[in-house]
Amino acid sequence: MTRIFRTALAAAAVVLAGALPALAQESPTLKKIKAAGEIAVGHREASVPFAFMNKEGKPEGYSIDICMKIVDEVKKELNMPGLKVKFVPINAQTRIPLIANGTIDIECGSTTSNLTRAKQVDFLPVTFITGSKLLVKKGSGIKSLNDMNGKRISYSSGTTNEKAFLAEAEKRKLKVESVPVKDHPQAMLNLESGRVDAYVSDDVLLYGMVSTSKDPSQWEVVGEFFSYDPYSLMIPRNDSEYRLLATRVVADLMRSGEMEKIYNKWFNPGPTNIKMPLSADLKKAFEIQALPY
Amino acid sequence: MNYRWDWGVLLREPYFDWIWQGFGWTCAVAILAWVIALVLGSVIGVMRTMPHPLPRAIGAAYVELFRNIPLLVQLFLWYFVVPELLPRDAGMFLKRGMPMPEFWTAVVCLGFYTGARVAEQVRSGIGAIRAGQRQAALAIGLTQVQVYRHILIPIAYRIIIPPLTNDFLGVFKNSSLALTIGVIELTARSRQIEEYTFQGFEAFTAATVLYSAVTIIVLTLMHVTEKRTRIPGMIALEAK
Repeated sequence: MTRIFRTALAAAAVVLAGALPALAQESPTLKKIKAAGEIAVGHREASVPFAFMNKEGKPEGYSIDICMKIVDEVKKELNMPGLKVKFVPINAQTRIPLIANGTIDIECGSTTSNLTRAKQVDFLPVTFITGSKLLVKKGSGIKSLNDMNGKRISYSSGTTNEKAFLAEAEKRKLKVESVPVKDHPQAMLNLESGRVDAYVSDDVLLYGMVSTSKDPSQWEVVGEFFSYDPYSLMIPRNDSEYRLLATRVVADLMRSGEMEKIYNKWFNPGPTNIKMPLSADLKKAFEIQALPY
Repeated sequence: MNYRWDWGVLLREPYFDWIWQGFGWTCAVAILAWVIALVLGSVIGVMRTMPHPLPRAIGAAYVELFRNIPLLVQLFLWYFVVPELLPRDAGMFLKRGMPMPEFWTAVVCLGFYTGARVAEQVRSGIGAIRAGQRQAALAIGLTQVQVYRHILIPIAYRIIIPPLTNDFLGVFKNSSLALTIGVIELTARSRQIEEYTFQGFEAFTAATVLYSAVTIIVLTLMHVTEKRTRIPGMIALEAK
């Protein structure tokens, strides 16, 4: 009798031991990463200082740093220290489809977390807070959105700024001619050549554009915030195991104060001299999202 | 793949309107560009068959220039570079003085590009006519202009209707590149719907159907033209 009992116990132990690693395998994303031997990291190329190409042609920035912490945790979880990292350049239009169809496993850029997007992707905790403002040439006389009546404006297709601007212009009955562009450099070209009077984007990205422009003294960021844009990293939907792992990494960074260090590395003053000290709002957001165990 | 289908999005406002507005701009860009291409292509194509070497050289230079540079590069040249080469006032007019600068830039660019292709068709059409026709026409006392007007061009156009159809379709498809300089045509609208609703597959399916519909209409139109204008025995005779 005891022997049978013991055998049963041993069998149960074997089953349990087998079941434990199976937990990690429940995540379709982790399973895919394991099978491929590489993790595909989507990144923007000109979202200074979140994700942009450095002089060596490698992506770097605030979001990239956070992403790499998550990649490190994935390596540990899968017990694959040699896991390859494949960088995939993305833009405002491709970022959501590429997450949804599984081409990239995580997106490191400057993406506003919102509920419409959440139908196709999942968002991690908020890592930055910004809003829409206008980039104009100094001395243009444009101080707010109301001054844009009869003027020409550019916005990046597929951004929340586009939606916010079009809605706000309609509400305020402004007649503004719009020239959609595909990315920030094309917007800068339109501004420099005088084709448009303003570019609407998140203020932090506008400061980033000014800091990397040929003559930063020529440009200014104006206007009141007319949208609220909390940034998050994106991951595939319906994968709570992977989501938990990534959320844990971000919460740990926030709790340990390392997030603040990463922030200061990129923003205060940052490699492009953007000089944006950590705001009270964002500091609070870090504290709130630093979930306890 | 975690995709949620929702075909209803195509009928919802404002997306339904967006598709049709985009379709309208696609047709506007393509048809205006085609008019430019047809006129310009005919002139250049005829120049390439003239006996005098100067018009031949000009025609050849035009064709090689516009045929050998990728269309997207040409579009950016017209949009970003040309206004900067002109005097300041003229440049500003192109950039923002005239109404809808992005639209007209796209039309002109596409027109000039397609013009080079049409020119080659016209040239080969005229080349396909046996030399005896031209000689006979000259022998009965017609001038060069009259030879082209009454003999060569009417025959050449009938010969090249099928290859021209191809270029006419090409102009519709190439018009989608206009979105890169900010013309919100059919492809741009589909992308916009994708960005607003994340139902990209539905939006692009609608665009595909509309592009195919245009293709079928153009094919039918050109086929009817070919039939209507056929001179009995003429083409067959030439083909021998």
